[in-house]
This record gives sequence, structure tokens and C-alpha cells, in this order.
Amino acid sequence: MRHDRTAVGMLLGSALVLGALPAHATPGGAMLGNTCAGCHGTNGVSMGPAAPSIAGMSATYFEDTMLAYKKGERPSTIMERLAKGYTEEEIKAMAKFFAEQKPVPQPQKLDAAKVKEGEKVYKDSCETCHDDNGREPDDDAGILGGQWLPYLTYSMEDFISGGRDMPKRMTKKVKELSPAQIEAVSQFFASQK
Amino acid sequence: MSQISRRTFIKLAGGAAAVGVVGFPYIAGAAGKTHVVVVGGGTGGGTAAKYIRMADPSIEVTVIEPNEYYYTCYLSNEVLSGERTLDSLKVSYDGLRKHGVTVVRDEVTAMDPAKRTVTTKGGKTFNYDRAIVAPGVDYKWDAIEGYDEAAAQKMPHAWKAGPQTTLLRKQLESMADGGLVLISAPPNPYRCPPGPYERACQIAHYLQAHKPKSKVMIIDAKDSFAKDGLFKQGWERHYPGMIQWMSGADSAGGVKSVDTKAMTVSTEFDTHKVAVASIIPPQIAGAIAKTAGLTDAEGWCPVAPKTFESTLHKDVHVIGDASVAGPMPKCAYAANSQAKVCAAAIVDLLNGREPGKPSLVNTCYSILAPKDGISVAAVYRLGQDGKIVSVKDAGGLTPMDSSPQLRAREVEYAYSWYNNIVYDSFG
Repeated sequence: MRHDRTAVGMLLGSALVLGALPAHATPGGAMLGNTCAGCHGTNGVSMGPAAPSIAGMSATYFEDTMLAYKKGERPSTIMERLAKGYTEEEIKAMAKFFAEQKPVPQPQKLDAAKVKEGEKVYKDSCETCHDDNGREPDDDAGILGGQWLPYLTYSMEDFISGGRDMPKRMTKKVKELSPAQIEAVSQFFASQK
Repeated sequence: MSQISRRTFIKLAGGAAAVGVVGFPYIAGAAGKTHVVVVGGGTGGGTAAKYIRMADPSIEVTVIEPNEYYYTCYLSNEVLSGERTLDSLKVSYDGLRKHGVTVVRDEVTAMDPAKRTVTTKGGKTFNYDRAIVAPGVDYKWDAIEGYDEAAAQKMPHAWKAGPQTTLLRKQLESMADGGLVLISAPPNPYRCPPGPYERACQIAHYLQAHKPKSKVMIIDAKDSFAKDGLFKQGWERHYPGMIQWMSGADSAGGVKSVDTKAMTVSTEFDTHKVAVASIIPPQIAGAIAKTAGLTDAEGWCPVAPKTFESTLHKDVHVIGDASVAGPMPKCAYAANSQAKVCAAAIVDLLNGREPGKPSLVNTCYSILAPKDGISVAAVYRLGQDGKIVSVKDAGGLTPMDSSPQLRAREVEYAYSWYNNIVYDSFG
């Protein structure tokens, strides 16, 4: 590296330029975000079958989720262990990085009849909050449209078991739905392109 | 990474003559594009090549790899149980080619760090501005008496996926019911710390269904191992009475010798007649690392934690299993994570920027039985002393009492891990 410093110094006629770069207290957003890719895919586009895509997620929702994992307020397998490894500042940087990535829904094997049934459930029970077929990066929800089906299923299992808190309105709506309807609407969300 | 973009940097550089040259980052001074040579197209090498091209397409990247396809070592224990085929682990280099990486099918046999060249078996010489050496591991063939490359054809290590994996699977298929399958687990450090113990699970899973009178014995050079509490619990839960583990203390430091004619495996204390033996030998960095003068007295490659540049030769970076990366284990996720730190550092250095602070992760899954997965995770950063440290109170193991529901999810997340790490490294 000494070699490069010298080369740059010669090129610029001043060796001070490198020294003038801002010092960073934390790694950058891409550096931090790239560590997630081994499980969540390059730039947060997951190849499945279960680990969720996190590309394009709202920065607010990303931060809230990571902080909930960090504090042990949201159930998980591995995320509560990993989230503890980052400062709030680092989580903010990661959130910004993933919010800037483009979601790319991947093809999944789904049941067309259930997807159709799920569309009806969606319109009756979910659309008010999760608009645009769940494809929007909401500040209080992940991107549901085009999400991996097993992940949607796990999420609903956690909501229904009480392990994960639901907003009041969602609790009310979910109570009205049968397990078949919940499966159908999950299929509908998963089917979004 | 630095906040100063190349554009800003060019402005800062002002009237310097070189600014007008196409492919500006070529700081070394010669005409033409900057060139990074990657020695070895495994998980580390593939990831580094892809991420350099993603960050700066003006840098030319050449991967030199002897094999036409890569077979992932990860999940290859499932080939032994019959849960998957070796073909399902086959990865093509076309994904890297789509990123503009040149993939050369050849083997690097020599490096000249002073001239910045690598030479191949095929007689070609490549110049580099920076090289990345990612050769994985090699075996210490002299460590276990009677165990050499020929003996590995009788008692496969199967520690790199490919013909050795197929051979071990075939031996399991053809053995008689009631035989002993012996796994020799190596001393630290080695590739895939929980691998021998997951192998015991996957083999027991096959034997339980097809040859239920058979037994699995692990003879270990160590007294403890990765995820040991979870493995021991899993052995009793899924394969009661089938798997026996002999610690280093019980075996006087593990397997001392093998006899492939008599099909026996010996420690200092006793000799075991085996139906099948998988002897996983002690390991060192891949051969080219030593040839190139990149290894220390223990046979591994010391590196600067911030850039993974060798501390022995400048402009050469070493990543993955071959490198000494503080507390990071030798495994695919670590290699993938190190490769991204190394790629970012190289892009910064070739663009005249100071590399940013690194961040690293390891996430590792083991599959005990079809719906029972366990994991270990760690987050790493640069410590006060400039070394890689594991972040305190983060990471750790699947809890011993996690529910069957969560264990089943861990299996699905293990398969997701597989798909995503292959995509992230080669896609």
C-alpha cells in the first residue's frame, strides 16, 4: 500500500490528498449490506426458497426490524443473533443501502387457484394498509409482493402464535380469516411480479 | 468505503497529465487497463472477481481455475445420505463471465510477486496489478501413517466435493449391514469445522433407513468441536446408539495410522476394523500459496485484516480458507465475506482511495436430519488493535431448546443460504 500512496502522491504532486479523506467511524452501507448477501442474495435479492428478499425495503422498516431483533423483541432463528453485532448507526447505513436496491421478484411454484382466492382475501382484508398488492416499501411493513412464500407463511405463524406483535387493525382482520384464507393470501402476495 | 467518488478524485487531481487516460485507475503508470488476477475459482475467488467488476467495470479481472465446473463442498454431506445428487452442487462459471470476468481454465504453478506475474501449467504468463490468491486447502499427506493420495481412493476424505464424494457414497451403498463407518476428524484449523459431525448425521440418516445394524464412529484429534452440544443432542435424538464420538483424549490425539488393505484404522490405543472410512487429514493452505511464498510456519497465509493483502508479499491478497483471518473459521461464508472486503479494498487502492473499514460475517448451518437444522453465526469488525475481532455478545448458536418448528425453518434457511451464497459468489 505504501507503493500506491507514493504513486498517487507523485501523480498528484501532493501526498496529502489521501490524508485529507474523511475518517469513518463505521463501515459504509455497501460494506455492511454486502455481508448479508450470503443469505439474502446479492443486493438483497434472495434466490429463496425461504430467506426473504430485503432489496428495496423501506429504511424505516429495516431499522425498526433490526432494532427489534437486536433487543429480542421479535422472534427469529438467526437474525436476533446477527442483529446484536451492529450499532444503531451501522443499522441506519445498512437500511439506506437496502432501500436503494431494486426488488426483483423471483419465480416460485404456486397454486393458481389459491392465488385467485387470495386476491379476494387481499381486497377484502389487506388492501387498505398493504396497497399495490403489497409491492410498496411501507414504513410499517416489509415488501410482501413477490416475497418468498415460506417466509410469508412463517411470518403469519409468528403473528398468529403471538410471538410477533400485530398492529390492532391487523389483529382484527386476521382473526376473521380461516387458515385456508391466510394461506391463499400468502400465495397471492408471493405471486406478485 | 470512501465518500470521495472517482469524479471528485479526478477534480482533486486537477491538471495531472494522467487524468485524460482512459481507465484512469491505472496508478502503476503503464498504459492499458488495470488487471486483477484471481488464483482459484472457488467461493472466495468467484466472489472477489464478481464484486470487483460490480464496483468498477473498468478493472479487468481474470480468474484462473483448473476445473471446468465448481462443485460446492457445502451441502455435499447430503450426497452421502442420498438426500441430493452431486450434480445439484455443480456450478458453472458463466455467471462470472456475464460480469465480464475472464475465466481461464488452467492451473497457476508459480507467482513472481516482484514482477507481478503468475505462470500456469499451460505455459501462460499473466501480469497483474494486484493478485488474489484463493486456493482453499490442501492435505498434509504425511500426517497419518499409511494415508496418502492413493489411500484416499480406498478411504476417501471427500473434503472437496467431486469424485471423492461419489466414491464415499458408493462405498456406503455397497457396504453390508452391521459394518462400522469411521470418520477421522482433523485437528484445528481445517475447512468446515462442523463438517465431520454433520457427516456423521448424514451417514447415520442413510444407514438408519438402509443398514440399521451399522454404526458410525468419529475419532477426533480434538476434545471439543463446533456446535458440539447441539450435535451430541441431535445424535441421541435422531440416531440413538448409532453414533459414537471418541475425543482426542480418548484416542491419544486421533487417528495415527491406516491400513487400506486390511481396512483398519488405528489410534495409539486400539485398532478398528472398518467397512467404510472417511479419513479427513490435517490441512494447510492450497499448494500455490506455499509455492508463492505466502505461507507462515504453520502453512497458512498471514494477511492485513483491512485489505487481506499478504503481509509477506505486497500486491498479493489472500482470502478464504488459506488465509489467517483472526477468529474467522475456514468456511464458504467467511470466504465470501472476506472476498467482498478484499474486492472493495482493491477497488479503492486501484482508484487511489484509502480502503474503508471492513465488516465481516459468518453464518453456518448444519443439517442433523431432514427437518432439523442448526446454525452458528458471528459478526466481525476491526478491533482497536487493527485485528479482526468477533463482536461481543453477538452471534452464537441455535439454542439447545429451540422448537421443532424453528429447527425446520433452519433447514429451509440452510437451503436458502446455499442458493444465495452460490448466487452471490458465482451468479
